[in-house]
Amino acid sequence: MSQFLQQVINGLSLGSIYALIALGYTMVYGILKLINFAHSEVFMVGAYTGFYTAGALGIEGMEQRGAAFPLYLALVVLMVAMGASALLGVLIERLAYRPVRSAPRLTPLITAIGVSLLLQNLGMLVFTPNPRRYPPIIKEVRFELGGVIVTNVKLTIFVVTLALMLGLWYLVQRTWTGRAMRAVSVNLDAAKLMGIDTGRTISATFAIGSALAAAGGILFGLDQITINPLMGTLTGLKAFVAAVLGGIGNIPGAVVGGLLIGLAEQLVAGYVSPDYRDAITFVILIVILILRPEGILGVVRQEKV
Amino acid sequence: MAAPDRLTTKDWLIRVAISTAVVAGIWGIGQGVQVGLIEYVQRIVLLCGINIILAVGLNLINGTTGQFSIGHAGFMAVGAYATAFCGVKLAPAVTAALGTGAIADGVVFNAALLVGALLAGVAGLAVGVPSLRLKGDYLAIVTLGFGEIIRLLFNNTKALGSATGYFGDNPAGLPPYTSFFWVYVWVVVVVLIVRNITFSQSGRSLIAIREDEIAAEAMATPTTRLKVTAFTVSAATAGIAGGLFAHMQSGIRPEDFKFEKSIDMIVMIIIGGLGSISGAVIGGIFLAVTLELMRDLQEYRLVLYALLLVVIMIVRPEGLLGTRELSPSMFKKKAGAK
Amino acid sequence: MSVLVLEKIEKIFGGLRAIGGVSFAVEPAQIFGLIGPNGAGKTTIFNVVTGVYRPDGGRVRFDGEDISGWPPAKVAARGIARTFQNIRLFRSMTVEQNVMVAGFRIHQAGLLSAVLRNQRYRDDEREFRRRAAELLDIFKLKELAGEPADSLPYGSQRRLEIARALMLSPKLLLLDEPAAGMNSQEAMELEKQIRFLRDELRLTVVLVEHNMSVVMAVCENIHVLDHGETIAEGPPAQVKEHPKVLAAYLGEESEEQAVADLEAVSRPLHERPEGPADG
Repeated sequence: MSQFLQQVINGLSLGSIYALIALGYTMVYGILKLINFAHSEVFMVGAYTGFYTAGALGIEGMEQRGAAFPLYLALVVLMVAMGASALLGVLIERLAYRPVRSAPRLTPLITAIGVSLLLQNLGMLVFTPNPRRYPPIIKEVRFELGGVIVTNVKLTIFVVTLALMLGLWYLVQRTWTGRAMRAVSVNLDAAKLMGIDTGRTISATFAIGSALAAAGGILFGLDQITINPLMGTLTGLKAFVAAVLGGIGNIPGAVVGGLLIGLAEQLVAGYVSPDYRDAITFVILIVILILRPEGILGVVRQEKV
Repeated sequence: MAAPDRLTTKDWLIRVAISTAVVAGIWGIGQGVQVGLIEYVQRIVLLCGINIILAVGLNLINGTTGQFSIGHAGFMAVGAYATAFCGVKLAPAVTAALGTGAIADGVVFNAALLVGALLAGVAGLAVGVPSLRLKGDYLAIVTLGFGEIIRLLFNNTKALGSATGYFGDNPAGLPPYTSFFWVYVWVVVVVLIVRNITFSQSGRSLIAIREDEIAAEAMATPTTRLKVTAFTVSAATAGIAGGLFAHMQSGIRPEDFKFEKSIDMIVMIIIGGLGSISGAVIGGIFLAVTLELMRDLQEYRLVLYALLLVVIMIVRPEGLLGTRELSPSMFKKKAGAK
Repeated sequence: MSVLVLEKIEKIFGGLRAIGGVSFAVEPAQIFGLIGPNGAGKTTIFNVVTGVYRPDGGRVRFDGEDISGWPPAKVAARGIARTFQNIRLFRSMTVEQNVMVAGFRIHQAGLLSAVLRNQRYRDDEREFRRRAAELLDIFKLKELAGEPADSLPYGSQRRLEIARALMLSPKLLLLDEPAAGMNSQEAMELEKQIRFLRDELRLTVVLVEHNMSVVMAVCENIHVLDHGETIAEGPPAQVKEHPKVLAAYLGEESEEQAVADLEAVSRPLHERPEGPADG
């Protein structure tokens, strides 16, 4: 039982990270009907920005002295990474996606694949392909609760994810930007006719999604200890599957999907074989496409003819 | 009254004669290549052929049908492993019956290639059915996942050498079956099959699906069946290319079929022009040659490719030829315009 | 027996009732008009009949068979062909190829025949070319056979859509605003062509159209919708005078004025290149 609980906690913390990334996929898909392949690289860049920012703030020296990284600096690291990724996301949309937005369906898709590949390989050049140990922005403290080991890192993941999601909920439901985003996702042309600045709204969507991915990147680094420039590929794929599982275009769906994928992965790793932890995502994807392609919370959308 | 385009025995005889001449021609050139070119160049020539098969096959689904696969390296891997494994297991029985020599090798190799194509096709069917029932870009994400998972599978299969790779039962590694002759015979076969499908009722329907799936359905086109068929054929051709690739070297490793390989294929068909068979041929050759030229720039290669993809999409999304085919009339038209 | 019967068809979009229990029957070799203001649900009915949408209530019967909820390709294969309000041609394909695509249902040569280029393949291709040429001839598109479809002027694209639909050899043809974007010369030509389809090919035609002079000229029976509900049905002369129809089209004007307007206004209004979206 305690082993099961342990897997559930690990699964939920991993799932929270997937959920953060999945939100970006689902928001962009909701608005542009585009699978933003570059999103997984925005996540990677977010993790690296956190890595270098923490370095610049002198985390190594503190570690050698045995001093803990102060919490306010950890927040600075998070903010810098989120800001940098948001900027990157907006730039990607402006420079690469916007020029091909009205082109035939395949053109934006190939562009997205190209941008993803470009960032990945620039990452290999700039960050080098070697895995890096992630600095302990939060110094790990373990405690035991009824046979289950919980760390403050896991708790941080839950708290940060929850805070960001509440923030997102507020933004989408209670602000003008959020209202514009929802309008554009229902019908871009109609929204434009209603006087909504669709260009700005799309930029905002990319900025928000990318910032969330950056937070996911830092939490991923804390959770998994190492990062590398290819970390986005598989994690991005899982997050996208999470978005499809929850119902692509559906924000709560992305959260539900992310948590479920994280859980499934940990349970397979714990009870079947760690070799197949990545394969389960793929199996879930195939099953969902066969049984319920609109996802758990999604609704069937009818194309206008 | 016989229709003017009745296919007569004479027509069939002419076809047989042309085929024989083409095969003989390939054999002749093959002899010349073996004598005249250094081994390094020979290898590039073989890679050109394999790339042509990959590109023309991928173009059938990505270009003609407009359903984007980004995991074709996975099907190539299935074909490579299946061909290598079958070839190794089949060889003793065949040599027992036919003795050693070129004929026995040819029988083993081609039988193994067919098994490779078949298994890759079956994998294509399994991937295609769930993802192609739906409208939208699900195929892209499913094939991406498939490409990763299949590598994982080979990585964990002991009988196929796990991560070290499969080198057959012989310490010398896999037999070097892949010759100029076999590569280019298969190039001709694959190009002909894909061309004949493209320029037929089914091919027209595939293009119609790319252009407007809803209208195609309204014209009683069984869109799912056609998409899945095209994808299966495409996967099978990637399997053949994989088999030819496998026997070019002593062994195959899972990392020979990484995501980058799929990207190579996509670059091939986009440079030439999505939807154009001749464009795919040009793209395949172009990539084999530039890959060699950029050997010293390994780490920059993918950056350049990625940049190329994005720039082509923004500046000239139709690639070199668009959906057109290279033909004498194309040049006539151009000349006439001047 | 009626060719097409709609029984209390309902369609709901996210709580909005687009079609609320519409019933009508189309008799063999009839030209049947389906009219109503924008948003009345005409195109939605076409989409329900052709299987693009699944009805939320009621049944569609074609030739005595319940086809409600069938997928579009199956409905088309059963004998219902259509055109689209917002023209859906295969843009990069030639005019001839556009028509030939619709031959898939009757093609004999499978993939293997195509690969082998055998006799069956040749017979198919010849037959499709011949039929396509015939259809293009009827619709005055023969000279344009080799041109890419999207290079055609608007009116020709609409006619090409009809030719393509006929390649299916349907029993029933649904035309969604075929006269939209046509000048009066073209519209008159279209009237002739629609009559030809019925008289010579014994086709049943259902016509959604805003150009009232076309509707009044060719239709034998007209069904009028407003806000997803039936408001009138009958022969043109009768429908034209129906107070509810006049009200739906022209609001609170005097009836006399409205009758005059109905014909005068409708034409210039719908010569716009593309009619506004219709629910």
